[in-house]
Amino acid sequence: MKNGIEIRWHGRGGQGAKTAALLLADVAFKTGRNVQGFPEYGPERMGAPITAYNRISSDKIRVHSNIYHPDYVVVVDETLLGSVDVTAGLKKTGAIIINTAKSREEIEEHLGGYEGRVFMVDARKISVETLGKNFPNSPMLAAAVAVSKVMPREKFIKEMRASYQHKFAKKPEVIDGNMKALEMAFDKVEGTMEAEQLTISA
Amino acid sequence: MRTDITKINEKTPHDQLTEGLMIFAGATSKHFKTGEWRTNTPVFHEDKCKQCLLCAPVCPDSSIPVQDGRRLAFDMDHCKGCGICANVCPFDAIEMKEGNE
Amino acid sequence: MAIKERMSGNEAVSFAIRQINPDVMPAFPITPSTEIPQMVSTYIANGEIDTEFIPVESEHSAMSATIGAEAAGARSLTATSSAGLALMWEELLLAASNRLPLVLALVNRTLSGPININCDHSDGMGARDTGWIQIYAENNQEAYDNFIQAYPIAEDTRVHLPVMICQDGFITSHAVENITLLEDEPVKNFVGEYQPEEFLLNPGKPIAVGPYSVSNYAMEAKKNQEIALENSKEVILEVAKKFQKISGREYGLFEEYKTQDADYIMLIMGSAAGTAKQAVDDLRDKGKKVGVLKLRVFRPFPAEEIAMALKNCKAVAIMDRCESYNGNGGPLGSEVSAGLFRNKVMIETVNYIYGLAGRDFTVGDACDIFSELDDMIVNGKEVEQYQYVRLRK
Repeated sequence: MKNGIEIRWHGRGGQGAKTAALLLADVAFKTGRNVQGFPEYGPERMGAPITAYNRISSDKIRVHSNIYHPDYVVVVDETLLGSVDVTAGLKKTGAIIINTAKSREEIEEHLGGYEGRVFMVDARKISVETLGKNFPNSPMLAAAVAVSKVMPREKFIKEMRASYQHKFAKKPEVIDGNMKALEMAFDKVEGTMEAEQLTISA
Repeated sequence: MRTDITKINEKTPHDQLTEGLMIFAGATSKHFKTGEWRTNTPVFHEDKCKQCLLCAPVCPDSSIPVQDGRRLAFDMDHCKGCGICANVCPFDAIEMKEGNE
Repeated sequence: MAIKERMSGNEAVSFAIRQINPDVMPAFPITPSTEIPQMVSTYIANGEIDTEFIPVESEHSAMSATIGAEAAGARSLTATSSAGLALMWEELLLAASNRLPLVLALVNRTLSGPININCDHSDGMGARDTGWIQIYAENNQEAYDNFIQAYPIAEDTRVHLPVMICQDGFITSHAVENITLLEDEPVKNFVGEYQPEEFLLNPGKPIAVGPYSVSNYAMEAKKNQEIALENSKEVILEVAKKFQKISGREYGLFEEYKTQDADYIMLIMGSAAGTAKQAVDDLRDKGKKVGVLKLRVFRPFPAEEIAMALKNCKAVAIMDRCESYNGNGGPLGSEVSAGLFRNKVMIETVNYIYGLAGRDFTVGDACDIFSELDDMIVNGKEVEQYQYVRLRK
């Protein structure tokens, strides 16, 4: 895409990868840009691999096909790494963001020699710490925004709070946990970016 | 655009028929003299009739008029001679005869 | 004031329904249109509209109840997809022959088999000869705009026919995209109150709907229905003009995208038209004279208008998202070719079948097709006149 970015999400049915893609479209819309968020459905089953996509652009978006050369890939479930070619078509100038607690070496084995940047976020740990349950999609959404720089952190946090206040109007007690999950994921990605900078300058 | 069905017949050009052949009028079946189709004809023996009125509701063509709790003579314009009335009458007050008259 | 929003195609149609507040909606859920009755019933539950929602036991009943409600004098609608539309088949013809201006939101999904939930146009194309007006959308915006125009077209006294507002299953129905909505008031004023002249629940003015017709009447009735469908063309254009006044968005029977000087034109319908336009822009940057004719109104079929729009190009790619099993091409392939022949426009055509059961159609695919047309005209390459795009060979 000339004036925009394309993101591909990999997850499993029921984990919220599709919801995360739609939420990303939602918050990116608040920046005044044109957005697209859509799922690719296979058999409608819990646990089956699913793919979802985002296009975000300053131009009008007319293309209605899947994304084959994404700028960013988000892997919500690391167990997909063995079976799905997650780096297929991924641009070298882009990045892949993976929900994992594993080491970089263990993960890189599955990335088919991908030469771009790799971000690892333990979204499960963040989610359990902040929400008491494993809902990896909120931290992964924050990580995707942090890496792709779709919008500034403050704007993202503000919009997400508004969105959660609407979504969880009947159970406001979960809002703070979700907000914390977003902040922690953002911290993690920004930490990785700083470390990268240090490595480059060293 | 109420329909005067007496003006519509099998020679009417298409642009003078109603939309969807809908009929914008009520009780138009009165205009069709289905009595012409009759091959058996009921004969009403008023002397045997007890006015029990079992016959009137079973008539498929509403050809047994009822007024003030009493049945009247058959409406021969619409009676098709099916004989159901004769069959239900407990008093043999209705007799079926061959022919249209 | 226009409202800038983002929503899916299903949300957009549901929002239009909310603004119109029709009287009766009988519906039965089927993927990918399920969200429409779901969202409309939420609007009803929240007290935002007072539409009577009738949960029915099948699509056959959904269309029967919609017909009954419309005949009774209520502005009615339903929504469905794929096999749901197939189960309505008998009633679809009755809705049209009884001249009932009801509306159906169709979210296009392939008809089994092989069983599959994804998009193609085989459901809508299967209903192409049922006497309905069919309008297809490229994106959520068009699905919304077309839905708002549906009742004014259907209820026009020159038409009185049912209208199917179609959009591509999942591709637009489940994709969140930007959209510009109208405020409630202008939509309500545009669509107006439904005031049928004759209807069943009208005390003192009895009518009979759908009476038995002997052979001496039925053929005349069918001709009248055909005339109404022909009339709908000018009504569709008039309604589009009025809609432009309140929305600023322009609609016709089809959209011509960079076709004026085009050597090669891709004739296409639905969401893939956007993808094809992107291909046109990319190829124009390289100096290729290409364009897209996006068909919006499939029924009535604008055969002559299409022929005139294509007459100056060298070759046209006729894109069918449906196999018609006639051994000779898809429905658009057959109808466009017949239209060209009858209007003596003797250009080259190639009928491509693409995107069946959700097979993706990309900018690259569209570029390849334009390049094949070029190869055929410039280098005399022999091209299969009826072929599948992206078929594994």
